[in-house]
Amino acid sequence: MSTVDSPAAPAAPPTRSARAAAATADYLDQRTGVGNAVKEFARKIFPDHWSFLLGEIALYSFVVLLISGTFLTMFFVPSMTEVHYHGPWASMNGVEMSEAFASTLRLSFEVRGGLLMRQIHHWAALIFMASIVTHMMRVFFTGAFRKPRELNWLVGFTLMILGLLAGFSGYSLPDDVLSGNGLRIADGVARSIPVLGSYISFGLFGGEFPGTELIPRLFTVHILLIPALILALIGLHLLMVVLHKHTQFPGSGRTDKNVVGYPLFPVYVAKAGGFFFVVFAVIALMGATMTINPVWNYGPFDPSVVSAGAQPDWYMLFLEGGLRLMPGGVEFVIGEYTLSLNVLIPAVVVPGLLFTVLALWPFIEAFATGDDREHHVLDRPRNAPFRTAFGVAFLTAFMVLVLAGSNDLIATHFHLSINDITEVFRVLFFVGPVIAFWITKRICLALQRKDRELVLHGHETGRIVRFASGEYIEVHKPLDEHERWLRVQHEPRRPLEIEPAEDARGVRRPGYRIDAMRRRLSTLFYEDRVEPVTPAELAAAQSHGGHDALPAAHDEHPAELSGAGGGVRHLAADQEDTEGTNRP
Amino acid sequence: MKALAARRHHRYAPVVLLMLALLLTGAVYAIAQPASADAAQAAASESDIAAGQKLFQANCATCHGPTAEGREAVEGGAGGPSLIGVGAAAVDFQVGTGRMPAQMNGAQIQAKPVQFEQEQIDQLAAYVASLGAGPAVPTQEQVDPELGDAANGMALFRTNCAMCHNAVGAGGALSEGKWAPALDDTTPTHIYEAMLTGPQSMPVFNDANITPDEKRDIIAYLDDQREGSPGGLSLGSLGPVSEGLWAWVVGIGLLIAASVWIGAKSS
Repeated sequence: MSTVDSPAAPAAPPTRSARAAAATADYLDQRTGVGNAVKEFARKIFPDHWSFLLGEIALYSFVVLLISGTFLTMFFVPSMTEVHYHGPWASMNGVEMSEAFASTLRLSFEVRGGLLMRQIHHWAALIFMASIVTHMMRVFFTGAFRKPRELNWLVGFTLMILGLLAGFSGYSLPDDVLSGNGLRIADGVARSIPVLGSYISFGLFGGEFPGTELIPRLFTVHILLIPALILALIGLHLLMVVLHKHTQFPGSGRTDKNVVGYPLFPVYVAKAGGFFFVVFAVIALMGATMTINPVWNYGPFDPSVVSAGAQPDWYMLFLEGGLRLMPGGVEFVIGEYTLSLNVLIPAVVVPGLLFTVLALWPFIEAFATGDDREHHVLDRPRNAPFRTAFGVAFLTAFMVLVLAGSNDLIATHFHLSINDITEVFRVLFFVGPVIAFWITKRICLALQRKDRELVLHGHETGRIVRFASGEYIEVHKPLDEHERWLRVQHEPRRPLEIEPAEDARGVRRPGYRIDAMRRRLSTLFYEDRVEPVTPAELAAAQSHGGHDALPAAHDEHPAELSGAGGGVRHLAADQEDTEGTNRP
Repeated sequence: MKALAARRHHRYAPVVLLMLALLLTGAVYAIAQPASADAAQAAASESDIAAGQKLFQANCATCHGPTAEGREAVEGGAGGPSLIGVGAAAVDFQVGTGRMPAQMNGAQIQAKPVQFEQEQIDQLAAYVASLGAGPAVPTQEQVDPELGDAANGMALFRTNCAMCHNAVGAGGALSEGKWAPALDDTTPTHIYEAMLTGPQSMPVFNDANITPDEKRDIIAYLDDQREGSPGGLSLGSLGPVSEGLWAWVVGIGLLIAASVWIGAKSS
């Protein structure tokens, strides 16, 4: 690993271009003081792991979105004026349509490179959302949202919501049948909100759906408002990453007080800069070879038409799925108002609950652990069984909704009855997450037990040794220090102990109730657990095998669920200096 | 005459007159009704009909009855509707796409490799058409996509067909395991006949609903879709679900592979 070594001293006089570069840099430095910033940033250390690049995919696909989107604005006409199309696409010739749709056809078929740019833009949008979600999963499952990064989790969450809005508003701009159907659903969802619904709907559409004002409004939202917000929040997101330093996966030499990795310059500048081109290339490849959102198939918007296979883009599919799963008939008329629970519950209440829990998770977990220390070393997902299981359960519910939103395609492609599929998903939406939670938690606990087993007994070598006495033993190879550190470095997490409700004199203690709640939550989180091997346990295990490091096969297991944890930093002393560490 | 005149003020006279008027209307309609279906039937010879009858009795009578009057489904056995009056178009569609003779029961009779030569299908059609007037097989000119207006076909297809068959005829799901098939490989003649006869779950679009010219426009629109997508691979023309699937598989797949490659040289 590299530190801040200066390169070998150059003996040769600088070339002309080098002198020019130095002079320019000096000019800038004297006027802006940029030298300090460059020095600071160039030496900033970043840990290296492939999963830390997921957020970069989101960032770079956003840059691709900005570039291709700017191109599209040059040709798209955000107007709902009715025109007749005349152009190269035969099946639209002479058809009445809005100018928005006509200009989309024109930019697809008549502008050179227009269709490529449109497809790059749309694929980039799908990749943008997909990479945000994968990045979010990485952050969630490794516990990277813990103090001090809770606020950055909220910023990232807001970015995801803004990404949804950007996608939905952009997808609706061409004014085709499919996106019009989506807008009609959005209108229906807005109207299902009690009392305010119809005002919201009329406010959004400037009157009765679809009206003539929506496309220009969506255009402003899509090309100005949301991108500006996203850009600002991305700036904040990255600023906070720089302020907090990057998290790192556990390993020998890595603690909450250092960062192990490469400096930004030159390694990361090259890697990250190169990665931008990789991301652009993949998106361009998709845009060049795979059709996306062929609006010419769907035709101009007409409120009377819905075609089979009408679905939104993947990131909105969970909403569609919720609507498809919800049984109809729960609609009540109270006085002058209609309460459409069949829309309100799947489209507002359920997503609202799911998203709220997601946004507040860092705070919920901090409440349960009662931990207010900073964490810069990531969790291995197995070491946080409740969190990991909860995340998988959440994703299962999301997946069920996504599949339910695709139920017609599942029916045709697997020759199933759409009615049966829907019934099954209705049950799975409630049962699936529970099963997923239970299985995941069991797997996590089992992996932790396997870690304990490895630490205490070493790797199996498959070598059987017979002693002169006739006794057979299987030789286990002890873990080296790095392997062992990875498996014992984490702290045991246990349910919180709280002070009693009354003090010694029988006076009720204020704050007991909230403590009791915290204990219940904490018990839920950490009651089932496998604790890391303590030095005492390790010493006990090794002494059985004598000094030849051959632990006997009949070694007694220490009680795995005992609460007797202890110093977990027992290997830290000789590990701290094994790698170049630097915390800028 | 005098007796009639005497009774013209009888209180039942209006009822009798009304009955006579209804009878007359029915009779006039029966005479004036367009005899469109009979054109092709005239071309079929007696020998074709006889050969068709033999084929019918060997291959179809089990379900449709020996004289095509239909049979109730008996326990453990198959039943079929009466074929009297379904016309040659229905036979040409059902047998010509391999749906008939049906191989198994299910939510819907499935298309499979065609079981008969076109000549035999024509003979069967001639036999069934001889049982009662019904829609005839359309002429080549009626189904020629070159003569249709694809833009008008697009509008008609969107309004009448796309809700089951998808915007470009890629097919879609119906209730209880039934489905609307994809139309990529369906011949123009079979598309026309399907509209005319409404096989299985499909409604009948008779010539008053969608005129023969409009049917040809629809065929022209569907023919237009077979030239492939200007955007590259069509991904099945299934819409955003397949796009999302490919975004994850190809896009995120390749990008994660690249991330692993970039991040591989350390840690």
